[in-house]
Amino acid sequence: MSTLLSFWGQLPLAIQVTVETLMKIVAILVPLLAFVAYMTYAERKIIGYIQVRIGPNRVGPRGWLQPIADFLKLFFKEVVIPTNANRMLFISAPVLSLIPALAAWAVIPFTETLVLSNLDVGLLYILALTSMGVYGVIVAGWASNSKYAFLGAMRSAAQIVAYEIAMGFALVGLLMAAGSLNLIEIVKAQQGGLHQWYLWPLFPLFLVYFISGVAETNRAPFDVAEGESEIVAGFHVEYSGISFMIFFMAEYANMVLIATLAAVMFLGGWYAPFDIVPLNWIPPFFWLFGKVAMLMFVFLWLRATFPRYRYDQIMRLGWKVFIPVTLVWITVIGVFRFLTPWGFIFR
Amino acid sequence: MLNWINQNFKTYLLVELLRGLSVTGRHLFKRKFTIQYPEEKTPKSPRFRGLHALRRYPNGEERCIACKLCEAVCPALAITIESEERNDGTRRTTRYDIDLFKCIYCGFCEEACPVDSIVETDVHEFHFENRGDNVMTKEMLLAVGDEYEQRIAAARQADSAFR
Repeated sequence: MSTLLSFWGQLPLAIQVTVETLMKIVAILVPLLAFVAYMTYAERKIIGYIQVRIGPNRVGPRGWLQPIADFLKLFFKEVVIPTNANRMLFISAPVLSLIPALAAWAVIPFTETLVLSNLDVGLLYILALTSMGVYGVIVAGWASNSKYAFLGAMRSAAQIVAYEIAMGFALVGLLMAAGSLNLIEIVKAQQGGLHQWYLWPLFPLFLVYFISGVAETNRAPFDVAEGESEIVAGFHVEYSGISFMIFFMAEYANMVLIATLAAVMFLGGWYAPFDIVPLNWIPPFFWLFGKVAMLMFVFLWLRATFPRYRYDQIMRLGWKVFIPVTLVWITVIGVFRFLTPWGFIFR
Repeated sequence: MLNWINQNFKTYLLVELLRGLSVTGRHLFKRKFTIQYPEEKTPKSPRFRGLHALRRYPNGEERCIACKLCEAVCPALAITIESEERNDGTRRTTRYDIDLFKCIYCGFCEEACPVDSIVETDVHEFHFENRGDNVMTKEMLLAVGDEYEQRIAAARQADSAFR
């Protein structure tokens, strides 16, 4: 052990930092991917329960091994590449959609100290990366050389442009309230209990952010990019096996990311809802986890409840409802904070 | 004007969406209807029309007299019968084939049979593993009849009051 430590001490600083960072990345990604895998199980189970049936329960006790069975099945299936597809783009598209979904986790603060990189422009970094995700979808649709895939990609592109703006404006409102782009600072500004959370003063922005998040991740009821009944499976019709699985993982990783961001920015991150004794004992990380799990449940609940939006209705909602609502609320925040003595409401 | 206000009120407070969510939320806790198939099964009617069988009389003599009414009535032409005179002077089938791929399980053969020989049992869990297994020969049909005679008789008994 001591020889190992002395060997470690002799390594150049650059290597030490690199190895340490890589280990941290693994420590974030492995639980994340496990969570993503079990989200698929939770989704099937919860939607099953809502549809008054019981969902998967055959693989392992109560179906707990179902995600592993799904993984193995997809892993050993053949990856079919269409003859007229652009091979390079076709193969890189799933990766393009997965990487931003995972890279964004670098700035997520799990607790006050547990964060990979405490960026001062964390919010900008998040915005930049979440909007990168659409490239995977567009490239997949284009490279497949299939009309359904192409239609799905076009729909997805238009939709994400529309909702990205609303999402950005919602975060501008948050930024005005918090006065910082650093996610840790944003959470710290919500310290002190339930009533301090940005959920209350920024409630419309929270709603807009969350619903835009659902649209951004192409989840039901905004899943026109996949739209089984109209365009088969949308942008990933031509994908099979492991490349399909990567799309799947990217979608779920994005969902978890949106839920985590909503928890961090509006629901007080790692803080307990009340700063009183029994709740204090639960470690901060578990509070964040609980909030994320709750929001993930809402994702599934929405999917089980609402039918798919018609395409023009999605556009209308994005451009003509969400953007005006966020703009009005930003104005309200601005006026209250800087022109009236009641700015403390928005701090 | 009032209508307009009401409309916007509903839209922006997501009233109807929340109502929908509450419906699905309540279903989440309802008792589930799922029947865990191989372990649990739904009850079957005595009129259930499943795998075919040829019955025998209690003394072991086969009932079928090769009248070919079932062959004639079969809408899917799934039954093929050939017959001959047996040593004791009675007419018997030498061949009685039912092609289960053609059969539509309508039960007409059973209705047509004057001696209650061809019947459809309540067996629905059967499969074929090789090409050609779909054709049930006379021997196979008689074997099915021998195996399930108790159930066949019980089902006929239960339904007899309604015929």
